[in-house]
Amino acid sequence: MTPESVPRIRPGARVSYDQVRESAVVLFPEGVLVLNETAAAVVDLCDGRATIGDITRRLADDFSGVEPRDVVELVERLVARGVVVLDG
Amino acid sequence: MAEAPFGLLAELTHRCPLRCGYCSNPLELVRRRDELDTGQWFSVFDQARALGVLQVHLSGGEPLGRKDLPELVGHAAGLGCYVNLVTSGLGLTEERLADLVSRGVDHVQLSVQDADRAGADRIAGVRAHDHKLVAADLVTAIGVPLTVNVVLHRRNLDNVAGLIALAERMGAQRLELANTQYYGWALRNRAALLPTAEQLAAANPVVAAAQDRLRGTMEIVYVIADYHEAHPKPCMHGWGARQLTVAPDGKVLPCPAATVIADLEVDNVRDKALADIWHDSRSFNAYRGTDWMRDPCRGCARREVDFGGCRCQAFQLTEDAANTDPVCSLSPDRGTVDLILAAETRPVVEPALVMRQADR
Repeated sequence: MTPESVPRIRPGARVSYDQVRESAVVLFPEGVLVLNETAAAVVDLCDGRATIGDITRRLADDFSGVEPRDVVELVERLVARGVVVLDG
Repeated sequence: MAEAPFGLLAELTHRCPLRCGYCSNPLELVRRRDELDTGQWFSVFDQARALGVLQVHLSGGEPLGRKDLPELVGHAAGLGCYVNLVTSGLGLTEERLADLVSRGVDHVQLSVQDADRAGADRIAGVRAHDHKLVAADLVTAIGVPLTVNVVLHRRNLDNVAGLIALAERMGAQRLELANTQYYGWALRNRAALLPTAEQLAAANPVVAAAQDRLRGTMEIVYVIADYHEAHPKPCMHGWGARQLTVAPDGKVLPCPAATVIADLEVDNVRDKALADIWHDSRSFNAYRGTDWMRDPCRGCARREVDFGGCRCQAFQLTEDAANTDPVCSLSPDRGTVDLILAAETRPVVEPALVMRQADR
């Protein structure tokens, strides 16, 4: 993964809001991820257009204390779970 | 209060066109006239979503055997649930699949019995294999993610490389290679199904190599042959922790096999609210958490790793569901499992597979 990589939600996975848990969630085959506020913001930007660099800058603007490596680690975890794929 | 469940396994019917001898449905199958009706399932889905369920697995038997399947899919999807169709593929036409997907099926899980037609049809007890190849094509063509599910046992474990290749050709996004779990019909047929240690030793590295090779393309989930292991499986990730099962007749079960525990008082959605059953019933609280554990589980470092293993297996092999799963090397009953392995993996005469009974 590089700053130019473009993450997007894998086909078959879906971002939703769970009113019971009052959290954003990602639903995918045989799995559920409950997202905290930062993770939800990152997932929201995994739109197939924004690069990792773009997402890192946007998160730094909106959330204090979010480091670039936090964003990279989160996207790596999402890729490992098969929820996000990378282009480029 | 227990945390909210994520998943509902909705066993819509026990009717099935296949007759697999490894089936984990109970020997005493629910009859059609005793199945929940459409409105009752709608209510189950409503209550499950309110309770926190986000994944609905429409299973059986064969869910396509329910004429109201499209309405059930639409209802679960309308609540915001991720809808999984768990099917044999028999009866899945292009038209039916298009209708089900338009109503909200998110993912299809398709069973496959063996790598080749002759072997697969022998295990299924009917001509099924070619239907599955067609079903896989239909699912990938319509663009819904496909999981291929294979139950492994003595009669197909040597073909695991061929099964992985078949799942790749089918275009699966996930492949579940699940060694047989011995409940229901599978327990009845255990002596015909248990693999040998040599078979597992040959298969395990093939699976591990494929997991590496296909990472990012096709996820391979491997479910262990627990009789051969030193530690039990983390069954259901803990009793009453993440998922519940509703059987065709409305019984609410902490695990799909839980009817085997003879002294478990099982509640029914016809009599009680799902939330009350999840949070307050004796059945769901019986083995929840770790307080129920005895030695050696009670003081074990792995008690929150494998949760003492499987309650159903403890009951079946030791007649007490609160015992440590006897597959565990620390269980005082491990000798029972070793005797079964010695007697049943190398039978003098190969036992016939008793096929699951036909529909009623």
